[in-house]
Amino acid sequence: MLRFLGIRLARALLTMVLVVTFAFVVLRLSGDPALLIMSADAPPEAVAAFRESWGLNDPIWQQYLRYFAAIFRGDLGQSMRDGRPAIELVAERVPATLALTIPALLIKIGLGVPAGVYAALHRNSFADRAVMLLAVAGFTVPSFVLGLVLVLVFAVTLGWLPSGGQESWRHAVLPVITLGIGGAAVLARFTRSAMLEVLGQPYMRTALAKGVPWHVAVRRHALPNAAIPTVTIIGFMVGSLLAGAVVVESVFSWPGVGRLLVVAVANRDLAVVQCILLLVAATMVTANLVVDLLYGALDPRLRAAPRGATA
Amino acid sequence: MTTTPLVEIRGLTASFDGIPALRGVDLLVGRGEAVALVGESGCGKSVTWLAALGLLPGKAAVTGSVRLDGAEILHAAPAVLDRVRGGRVAMIFQDPASSLNPVHRIGRQITEALRLHRGMDGAVAKEEARRLLDRVGMPDARRRLDAYPHELSGGQNQRVMIAMALAGGPELLVADEPTTALDVTIQAQILELLAEIRRDTGMALVLISHDLGVVAETCDRVLVMYAGRIVEETASAELFSAPAHPYAAGLLAALPPMDGPRRPLAAIPGGVPEPWAMPPGCPYAPRCPRHVAACDRAVPPLIPVAPAHRAACIRPVEPERTPELALA
Repeated sequence: MLRFLGIRLARALLTMVLVVTFAFVVLRLSGDPALLIMSADAPPEAVAAFRESWGLNDPIWQQYLRYFAAIFRGDLGQSMRDGRPAIELVAERVPATLALTIPALLIKIGLGVPAGVYAALHRNSFADRAVMLLAVAGFTVPSFVLGLVLVLVFAVTLGWLPSGGQESWRHAVLPVITLGIGGAAVLARFTRSAMLEVLGQPYMRTALAKGVPWHVAVRRHALPNAAIPTVTIIGFMVGSLLAGAVVVESVFSWPGVGRLLVVAVANRDLAVVQCILLLVAATMVTANLVVDLLYGALDPRLRAAPRGATA
Repeated sequence: MTTTPLVEIRGLTASFDGIPALRGVDLLVGRGEAVALVGESGCGKSVTWLAALGLLPGKAAVTGSVRLDGAEILHAAPAVLDRVRGGRVAMIFQDPASSLNPVHRIGRQITEALRLHRGMDGAVAKEEARRLLDRVGMPDARRRLDAYPHELSGGQNQRVMIAMALAGGPELLVADEPTTALDVTIQAQILELLAEIRRDTGMALVLISHDLGVVAETCDRVLVMYAGRIVEETASAELFSAPAHPYAAGLLAALPPMDGPRRPLAAIPGGVPEPWAMPPGCPYAPRCPRHVAACDRAVPPLIPVAPAHRAACIRPVEPERTPELALA
């Protein structure tokens, strides 16, 4: 178990180091930071002074180490727009994004998993086909289309809910539904196929052959096994809690991390973009780590012999 | 002789998506009797018992009659079947490793059956599970209760399956190719264990196998299946000395002899006809060396050819001709 934990932790750390390095490389590739910040027609002496003061004349590996050390101290640079620390700008937006993505995640799980299980248990029935049809529709329709349709129906035509902004909880309803439906569809399809696979396993037949009633066999023998692959998808959804709402936040003018990202990219505000990138990567890596640990809890086979090919 | 057999199967048919897998199986299992069901893969040996216990997937259409102690259990209510399965008729399967649930400890899988059929719980159930594991020859039974199936070998997993099957104190154990996935040395141990348990408990045994050697050691009576029907039924010894159905004779000719001169093994030509392309008469006719035109007219019924010996053949192999046929 300790070995399992150690390997997973090491891998998570390595991923973060790679992401940080990637951010550094991209930052350098995107142009001379001095010129980016000072603007192209700044006097050459000023640019040279800037380089000197920020250490841009040092060898690249020294810059890399310094950059790395800064990130370790939590210094992610300053926004080139308003001069505030990038981390601060991003942090203020996080609650707004989570206010959309966490309820959406609950919808995804609460709707998707039961729908998938039900469809699998009633394979080829009318209900199964209906659920799968809805699921295909739900995950093929892009979220901006779904979002706009919902706005058209519930905001414009019926006037029940506001179409955008963040003044009250009612403003969150449409974006949360938009986010939730797509994810619920993905999860329903995935849960269904995981359940179907498990229901065909010999140990299900064994359970029935020893007299376990069907519904008990489903609960006690099928669900714990089907949970193993399903947790992967849920983990991925947890990992995208911060970055998964870029499009929907834009459609509903919701002032979250996603909107900040769009604005920062448009303004070439690299420090902010980089900060969001690192934060999103950190969330994803953490979620993956938690999923790996959950695997260990759900599947005794992985606890004993860690295999690298499960992520 | 008791009047009601333990299990009486009459005219059992099963089909999947309209393609028949069983074409009318009749068989009896007496109390405490050891019966073998032999035949090639796909002839319906396993399906017979899965159908009888209602364990086939929902798309399978099953008809006929299955009586346990005189009471009909085919299409019985789920609550009735749940009492029968594991309680009166237990079943073990070919691949023990995948027949056990990978995420539950084996102790828990055994106590589950004890709770269902004997109302045991907690420490009592755990102690009984340990006793059962001991009974099936599991070394270090107490510690093994906490093991997961992947931590045990194939033979040990099959012992767990047998312990689980014994948990309900069944009157009949259906063993579906219980040794096929195991090493030869382990096979012998498992067969010995089954025979021993049968001696101790008086439980009946149905051994489903394609291995005639296994059958000869373990069972009193043999039923030979071909293409979804029973084609021969007799005592084990009789089947080996005087098979009546040319298919059974062919199976025996394909076995290497234990003594006597070495001879080439006679494979049966051709294959089992596809379920959707059954010949009009005897399904074995296209492969049969004794085939005549009359064989194609109707499916031959299972009729007595000698005392306690029945075969579904209009030109059965005569006893004295067997050696000659085997050498041919």
